[in-house]
Amino acid sequence: MGFRNIIGRRLGLGLVRRRKPFSTATCDGDGNGNAKSINLYSAINQALHIALETDNRAFVFGEDVSFGGVFRCTTGLADRFGKARVFNTPLCEQGIVGFGIGLAAMGNRAIAEIQFADYIYPAFDQIVNEAAKFRYRSGNQFNCGGLTIRAPYGAVGHGGHYHSQSPEAFFCHVPGIKVVIPRSPRQAKGLLLSCIRDPNPVVFFEPKWLYRLAVEEVPEHDYMLPLSEAEVIRQGSDITLVGWGAQLSVMEQACNEAEKDGISCELIDLKTLLPWDKETVEASVRKTGRVLISHEAPVTGGFGAEISASIVERCFLRLEAPVARVCGLDTPFPLVFEPFYMPTKNKILDAIKATVNY
Amino acid sequence: MAFYSKNPRNIINNLKSKVGLWSLMKQSHGTCSYSSCLNTIHLHRFLPLTTLPQFTNPDSISHKKGHFPHFQRFQSTTTEKQIDSVPNGEQSQVLDFPGGKVVFSPEMRFLSESPSVYSQCYRVLDDNGQLISHSNFVPVSEEVAVKMYSNMVTLQTLDTIFYEAQRQGRISFYVTSIGEEAINIASAAALTSDDIVFPQYREPGVLLWRGFTLQEFANQCFGNKADYGKGRQMPIHYGSNKLNYFTVASTIATQIPHAVGAAYSLKMDKKDACAVTYFGDGGTSEGDFHAAMNFAAVTESPVIFICRNNGWAISTPTSDQFRSDGIAVRGQAYGVRSIRVDGNDALAMYSAVHSARHMAVNEHRPILIEAVTYRVGHHSTSDDSTKYRPANEIEWWRMARDPVTRFRKWIEINGWWGSEAESQLRSSIRSQDLSRVHGSGITKLGKQVLNFCCFPRGHSRLATIKGASTL
Repeated sequence: MGFRNIIGRRLGLGLVRRRKPFSTATCDGDGNGNAKSINLYSAINQALHIALETDNRAFVFGEDVSFGGVFRCTTGLADRFGKARVFNTPLCEQGIVGFGIGLAAMGNRAIAEIQFADYIYPAFDQIVNEAAKFRYRSGNQFNCGGLTIRAPYGAVGHGGHYHSQSPEAFFCHVPGIKVVIPRSPRQAKGLLLSCIRDPNPVVFFEPKWLYRLAVEEVPEHDYMLPLSEAEVIRQGSDITLVGWGAQLSVMEQACNEAEKDGISCELIDLKTLLPWDKETVEASVRKTGRVLISHEAPVTGGFGAEISASIVERCFLRLEAPVARVCGLDTPFPLVFEPFYMPTKNKILDAIKATVNY
Repeated sequence: MAFYSKNPRNIINNLKSKVGLWSLMKQSHGTCSYSSCLNTIHLHRFLPLTTLPQFTNPDSISHKKGHFPHFQRFQSTTTEKQIDSVPNGEQSQVLDFPGGKVVFSPEMRFLSESPSVYSQCYRVLDDNGQLISHSNFVPVSEEVAVKMYSNMVTLQTLDTIFYEAQRQGRISFYVTSIGEEAINIASAAALTSDDIVFPQYREPGVLLWRGFTLQEFANQCFGNKADYGKGRQMPIHYGSNKLNYFTVASTIATQIPHAVGAAYSLKMDKKDACAVTYFGDGGTSEGDFHAAMNFAAVTESPVIFICRNNGWAISTPTSDQFRSDGIAVRGQAYGVRSIRVDGNDALAMYSAVHSARHMAVNEHRPILIEAVTYRVGHHSTSDDSTKYRPANEIEWWRMARDPVTRFRKWIEINGWWGSEAESQLRSSIRSQDLSRVHGSGITKLGKQVLNFCCFPRGHSRLATIKGASTL
């Protein structure tokens, strides 16, 4: 298959010309009033507008957020809420998160933006050693629960090493924070509002691939989606697929193709990676007896490993096949070789078949 | 009329370019340290002193005469005019860049990496507790001064007791603040109880001042049921939300950007309060320090950065820590007003923090205070500092430069203290709840240690330290 075809398929596939919105299975927050067809960055933008208008102690800050942000997620906020609440910070992630912790510790809602998840590492110490332990180490005298860190993550087709990373696994190893990843615009708005209002520091990774490409009906009002509840977005009986974020659309395509071969796939969106909904996944595996996990991050030490180990612990005798993981390769994220690096639909399809025929 | 010019024929040209440079300097109030001015600005001597320094803070002592010559930057419209009147010859050009006007000079000049003179240090009491003539300070009432002194003595006592408790295996770990009592207590005294404190770990005196009891200190050190931290952290990791003192964490300098965020919140809430954060000379090498200073300046947050420059970061002397002229000069690099203070002079510390607070709260600006002092104790109970510094150096600082004794002399000179008051204080500490710190395992220890520590400091404790270091 030609290189362009691969890219074309990746880009063009389904998201814009889908016949139905991605997340119809269960969705709170629809049915009342207006819903508009908007993309992911607009949904995030709406959530931020609502967050700031419903809480006058909410702040949005980060690099370049004032003019609207490099992905336009913060458009209009500075004009509407003023420069004291929506402001640019110096180019310093450790400062952004450290400042955010201090702001949150005083009871504010500090919504910090890290421009790309690839650049979150300077803030890793503040997130792991400070934010995650702030409440615990003080015996609950203090907390920084009002802190939410947003960062675009994941492949974008041309991002290379430093505009494509999926660092969620590093953060899933840290008790004291939550890690949330939405799959679509409607999910993103509800989940982000939940994260902002959750009394724990949260890292919210937004699939940058979907900022423009994913379009969905999103209710205009204020609504929240529950954290730590996985969603079965496609019912099936032969194999359980678990994923999050942009990868779900690829997995869904694989499920569609597998169906032509008579394999009935159940697809689960974890939504919250930490703490993750083990019960929903376990219940599904008990039904199907097979599980496949897929994520863009490199396979070794990726979050799929945690899911696999937990499922094996819980469902060992029920499993009909080893847990399959279809993930990124163990290399830095390449540029021209991205199509080979990525856990593509065909890789997933192959793994589905291998698992079912084990 | 000294200025650097190798070629006397270029005096006028030099003057023009330097005048240009002069006007470039951000117009700011406050003293620039002698040394930093010396580096690049000599032309101030040419400027007519028609414009007086503008200080919005009446309490500011920075502009008042001390016993060092002051070179000050001030808003000078004269300079601006001079710039305009300089003909646009090939010798000087003014262009706009983002951030302001830049004046060019054909003379290539590097800013020196170090000043020829060490930054001046603000001090008000000499080593004998006598007020230095022509000194300026914020007056302290008798009541406050006596309370400061009592707290300093209590802090010393507390440190001795818990240090001994660790040596006896009753608690696992302890960190003393010996030699830094003035920094602890005087800074706390100059703040209000609404000011939010983000400590490092060598500032229990701030908690003490605010009313944390010996029992509460003991609870945390023993990690017992009554510990507010619920036994989760090592000893000395105190925290108290009711006293606005954020919980200590072992991580170095991570609290500094927190203080900036908290200060920003106070500003937004229009509170009459500031955030204060403490750290050591070692902490200023961490990225979080630089990040925080920069953020504080850009966000115009009312935060006071107090650096306890005590000469050592465990075994690392400051010569291995940085090559800048201490910490105060770094303020300028970030656009933060700063001062260097004698950290063992309680009165100077009080004045500096008091003034800093006023500026921070009323002008919404960060202030950096470098308190120079000496870490008399070891880094912690896991350290034996005689391994990397001479024992006689430690002893000298302990005895000759003791901030507590120095302040005592001053209050005695004022007639606010005497030997009778001293013995009363010592005996009241002796009979205090120290011996009634129940459930902490310290009871039996109490009397023995109390007798030991309640005598004036007349003997060396090195024998004890050395003996205990072989764990």
